[in-house]
Amino acid sequence: MRRAVLGALALTAAAVALAFLFLPVAAIFLQVPPGRLLHQLTSPVVTDALLVSARTSAIAQALILLLGTPLAYLLASRRFRGRGLVITLVELPLVLPPAVAGLGLLVAFGRAGLLGTSIPFTQTAVVLAVAFVASPLYIRQALAAFEAVDPDVIAASRTLGAGSTRTFFRVVLPLARGGLAAGLALSFARGLGEFGATIMFAGSLQGVTQTLPLAIYQEFSVDLDTALAMGALLVVISALLLLVLKLVLSWQPSRRTSSFVFARSS
Amino acid sequence: MATLSADFELRLRSFELRVALEVERTVALVGPSGAGKSSVLRAIAGLVHPVGRIALDADVWLDAAICRAPDERRVGLVFQEYALFPHLSVRRNVGYGGRARVGELLERFRISHLADARPGELSGGERQRVALARALARDPGVLLLDEPLSALDAHTKDAVRLELQELLQTLELPTLIVTHDYEDAAALAGTVGVIVDGELRQLGTPRELLAEPSDAFVASFTGANLLRGSVRAHAEGLTRIQLESGEDVYSTDRAEGDVGVVVYPWDVSVGRARADGSALNVIHGEIASVAQLGNRVRVRVGPVTAEVTAASAERLELARGGTAFVMFKATGTRLVPLRTVTRA
Repeated sequence: MRRAVLGALALTAAAVALAFLFLPVAAIFLQVPPGRLLHQLTSPVVTDALLVSARTSAIAQALILLLGTPLAYLLASRRFRGRGLVITLVELPLVLPPAVAGLGLLVAFGRAGLLGTSIPFTQTAVVLAVAFVASPLYIRQALAAFEAVDPDVIAASRTLGAGSTRTFFRVVLPLARGGLAAGLALSFARGLGEFGATIMFAGSLQGVTQTLPLAIYQEFSVDLDTALAMGALLVVISALLLLVLKLVLSWQPSRRTSSFVFARSS
Repeated sequence: MATLSADFELRLRSFELRVALEVERTVALVGPSGAGKSSVLRAIAGLVHPVGRIALDADVWLDAAICRAPDERRVGLVFQEYALFPHLSVRRNVGYGGRARVGELLERFRISHLADARPGELSGGERQRVALARALARDPGVLLLDEPLSALDAHTKDAVRLELQELLQTLELPTLIVTHDYEDAAALAGTVGVIVDGELRQLGTPRELLAEPSDAFVASFTGANLLRGSVRAHAEGLTRIQLESGEDVYSTDRAEGDVGVVVYPWDVSVGRARADGSALNVIHGEIASVAQLGNRVRVRVGPVTAEVTAASAERLELARGGTAFVMFKATGTRLVPLRTVTRA
């Protein structure tokens, strides 16, 4: 009897939680007929924002890949004093409030800031804001992926006559590939949704710095349908990213059950 | 044939590893786990960096001025768990270090039919053949085998040991093997070194290690009984030793102070009654265990293990819990110093 009650309670709680998580997403698609949504996507605000988001995301993720991969590999393969501290510093932007990130970027790169540049409120500023908040997700995942490569396999490659560069490209990279792709997908999703740091550091100038999330924020008080159309678009892109992430992780002969572990810091 | 000479020191976590070796044919280093055996191979391969000198004939890999990278030393290292590349086929694993002889090596190690398989699909024995083929494809000047038999189940092990024996005989390569199993070492190598806590205690043929163990550890590692005691007297060419368990035994070896009395199980006989003989050591004790090994039976009586034929074990009705006499000649014993006996 008591067990039946408990079971029913658990089921109800689960149903409420599921409904709560699903409802807002469904509402975006139910509010306006699909035809209208598609039509709204052709409005100049949307196409401009889409272009800015696509451009800045592509450049930011390319930068993250290019600079983050060597950093993650060095952190994974070297043991040195202060390594734990460096890893913590890398992870810090992840837990930093976006407004603080934006503020930090402003006082670092602003005209009156530390480096005194004219970057703020340009498209470059959007790229930097995205790279700042999203890169820790990639670096952490890449670090874990590199650490999971059996050191004996790397040593075997060396004793078989391959130098460290050849070993990296023929053994380490192929074995860590799945983890790197997963990290990039996470970082891409985070960067695409970036709002707080961007609006502080880059502003919201249509066609220049106005990304999809910023355009949604601007449009939702002007033209709700357009905001909803962009929202729907982001839901679809995010869902696709999640799907890719899950596929990538299930391909791997994975030793890891979660894609979201904090990298070991020692 | 080339000679590998290795003379180096390497600081390990809890002790210093010291090795001085000349490897011309096959040498096996044997010792308990944690003795630093694998580090010897890794040092020769260039994966860890000791201080000293390592050279293959005139080709110096390490000395005060030179430290070649692993890829610039001509070693074929076969890792304990094989360390095959999981993302590459057997053919590409074997061809990783050198493409020229892949076909021939796949044939020779009977893995041609597995050429397109991934390492994950192979059995332990097959993986080892792939690892050996891969190491040889690189055309090494030295072959290094890390515990070549320990990752295999007992059933495969005997077959693989025979295969390895044949392979090592046909290869004209200086080969260094490390293993924790004395029998494997003696079966595979002409020279066996016993290494404990990073120190090479004795280096010799398996026969020499049995006949003249340099200390108590070497003796117990080669399978001997080691009875601890103190020398009490010398008379008529015999040394009388009082064992810690109280009995007196006699040896034809001379020694003083605390000693280990070494006697091999196959030099010990078992009886129901005390047999008389002037040079005979006799110990009476409870039968602690009876274990069959092929057509031989190992019986432990008190502190002594004896090896007798299955027939005589049956005739004597040896069973756990009963008592028996074990007997061995004074000439069948060796007295060895009781230096730090770490683990036996």
